[in-house]
Amino acid sequence: MRRHRGLWLYAAFSLAILWVCGHEMLTAYAQLVLMFIGINIILSSSLNLINGYMGEFSCGHAGFMAVGAYVSSILNVWLFTSHKVFGPPVLSPSSAVYLFPLTLLAGACAAALAGLLVAFPSFRTRGDYLAIITLAVNYIVKSSVENIQAIGGARGFMGMRKVIEEMEAVWRIPWIMLWILVFTGLTVWVLHRFVSSSYGKGIVAIRDDEIAAEIMGVDTRRMKLAAFMLSSGMAGLAGGLFAHILGYINPGTFTIMKSTEVMVMVYLGGMGSLSGSVLSAVLFTLILEVLRPLQVIKWVVIPLLLILLMLWRPEGIMGDRELTDVFPRLRRWFSADKGDVHGAP
Amino acid sequence: MALLEIRRLTHFFGGLRAVADFNLRLEGGELLGLIGPNGAGKTTVFNLVCGFYKPTEGDIFFLDKDIAGLRPHAVTAMGIARTFQNIRLWNTLSVFDNLCIAQHFRLGYGLGDVVLRTGRFVTRERHVRRTAEELLEIMGLRHYAQERPGNLPYGMQRRLEIARALATQPKLLLLDEPAAGMNPGEIDQLVETIRWIRESFTLTIWLIEHHMRVVMSVCERVQVLDFGQTIADGPPEAIKQDPRVIQAYLGSEELSHA
Repeated sequence: MRRHRGLWLYAAFSLAILWVCGHEMLTAYAQLVLMFIGINIILSSSLNLINGYMGEFSCGHAGFMAVGAYVSSILNVWLFTSHKVFGPPVLSPSSAVYLFPLTLLAGACAAALAGLLVAFPSFRTRGDYLAIITLAVNYIVKSSVENIQAIGGARGFMGMRKVIEEMEAVWRIPWIMLWILVFTGLTVWVLHRFVSSSYGKGIVAIRDDEIAAEIMGVDTRRMKLAAFMLSSGMAGLAGGLFAHILGYINPGTFTIMKSTEVMVMVYLGGMGSLSGSVLSAVLFTLILEVLRPLQVIKWVVIPLLLILLMLWRPEGIMGDRELTDVFPRLRRWFSADKGDVHGAP
Repeated sequence: MALLEIRRLTHFFGGLRAVADFNLRLEGGELLGLIGPNGAGKTTVFNLVCGFYKPTEGDIFFLDKDIAGLRPHAVTAMGIARTFQNIRLWNTLSVFDNLCIAQHFRLGYGLGDVVLRTGRFVTRERHVRRTAEELLEIMGLRHYAQERPGNLPYGMQRRLEIARALATQPKLLLLDEPAAGMNPGEIDQLVETIRWIRESFTLTIWLIEHHMRVVMSVCERVQVLDFGQTIADGPPEAIKQDPRVIQAYLGSEELSHA
C-alpha cells in the first residue's frame, strides 16, 4: 500500500474524473480538453525518451501516431461495425467493451514496428542525419495513408464513433476518457520505471558517449531498438486514443506540424525530465485553449512565447530534473521513485 | 593456454598502414607495457582488440576464442575492459550510475522485468548496485557517489574510469595512457593503484604509456611499436638500452649528434 501511493493517488484522481464526467458535471468542452491533455502527455513523454534521454532528434512522432490511429481504428470498425468497405461486423458489436484495449495495443504494436524504420538507420547514423530520416518516415506514413482509397485516402476515415456508442450501450461509462486515463498513467509509469533502471539508463549513456557505451558493455543496437520501439509504440497508443475521441481522422492531422507540436512540449518541459514532459503537456494544451479566442494570432503568440522561453530558460521548465528533485517531500507520495530498490528495507 | 593471442594483426586506414603484422602472446597475470612514439599505432591495437575496429587481416584469440570482428560490447562481455586516452565518462550520469551501467551486459533482465519489477529485476538490480558500491569504496570514490564525473578532480576521473572498467569484471584490463595529464603526485598514486588492483583482482594488465616512470616501475615486459611495427619486446631494462628503441624515440644517431 505504502509503496504504491502514487499509483493509488492516480487511481483516485481518475475515478474522480470519471465520476464527474459520468454525472455530466463537466461540459463536453472541458472533457475534450482533459482528453487532449492525456494524449499530449503520452506523446510528449514518449518523445522525450528519444529526444531527451537518448539525445537523438526525432521529428516524425506524428507518423507513428498515425500508424496507431489508423490500425486501431480500422480494426475496431472492421470488427465491430458494418462498414461499406469492410462489410458487416466480424464479432458481436458488444464485445468491443472487452476488446477495445486490445485493438488499441494492436495499433501500438503496429506503430512500434513502424519505429523500426527509424531504429535500423539509427545504428549507422545519428544527429542531423537521423533527424532527416525521421522526417522522411513521417512523410512516408502520411503519403501512404493518403493513397490508400479503401481507408478514405486524403478524405479521412470515420466510423469509430459507432464503436464507442456500442460500448456505451453495454455500460454507460465515459469509455474513451477511461482508457485515456488508464493509458496515460500506464505510459508515464512504464517510462518512469524504464529510465530509472540501470537497463534504461543505458540510453543516457548512449547520449553522453555512444562509443564509450558500446565499449563498456552496453549493446547500443539493442538499446536503440528498445527505445525507438517503445517510444513509437506509445505514440501509436496516443494516436489510437486520439482517433476515438472525435471518431474521425485524416492524414492531414499527422503532419510535421503535429510532430513539431510534440517536440515543442518536450523542449518546453525539459529534455530528460519525465515530470517536465507531463507538466508541459498540461500547460501547452491549456495555453492553446486559453488563446483560442485570438484565432489565427494564436500562432503568432505561441511561437513568440517559445522564443522568450528559449532566451530565458533554454533548458525548459524542469531542465533534466524531476519534480521529486525540486520538491523532495513529494518522494513520500511516489516512493517507487529512483533508488527504492536500493533503499527498500 | 594464452589469455590473449594476436597473430599477424594488420590494419589499414584507407591507404595508411596503421598496424603491421603485430604479434603478441599474453599469459594470464602478466603486466605488459606498449610504448612507442606518437602515431605508432598503439591505440589502434587497443581499438582492434576491444572490437572498435575490425582488423584488415590477422586473428585475435581471447581464451582460445576468435574475437576479431565481434562487436565491442560482446568483447567486453568476454572479459576485456579498457580505459580511454581522453577520458570518456558519461557526464550527465552520476559516478554511481557510471559504475552501474558498466554492468549493463550482465544485468540479466529485460524490458519486461523492468516494467513489471519482477523478482529477478529486484535481485539483479540490487546486485548491480552492491557491486558499484563496493567499487566506490575500494577505489576511494565513495565521497563522490552522487557527483557528476565532470566535477571530479582529474586524477579522480582517471580513477573512476579504472573503476568503471573493473565493474565489467574483466580478465584483461587495457589502460590507454592512464597517466596522461597527471602531476607527479597523482602518478605515484596511479602506480600504486595499478599494482594494487592487479593483485586484488587477479588481473592481466596491458597498458599504453608515455611516462617512462610508470612503464619502468610497473611493467614486467615492454613492447615497442614504431610505424605500426614491433621493433622491440622484452624486460624494461633491456628495452631502455635497445638502440632501435632509442633511435625511434630520439631519431637516428647522426641526427641526434647534429
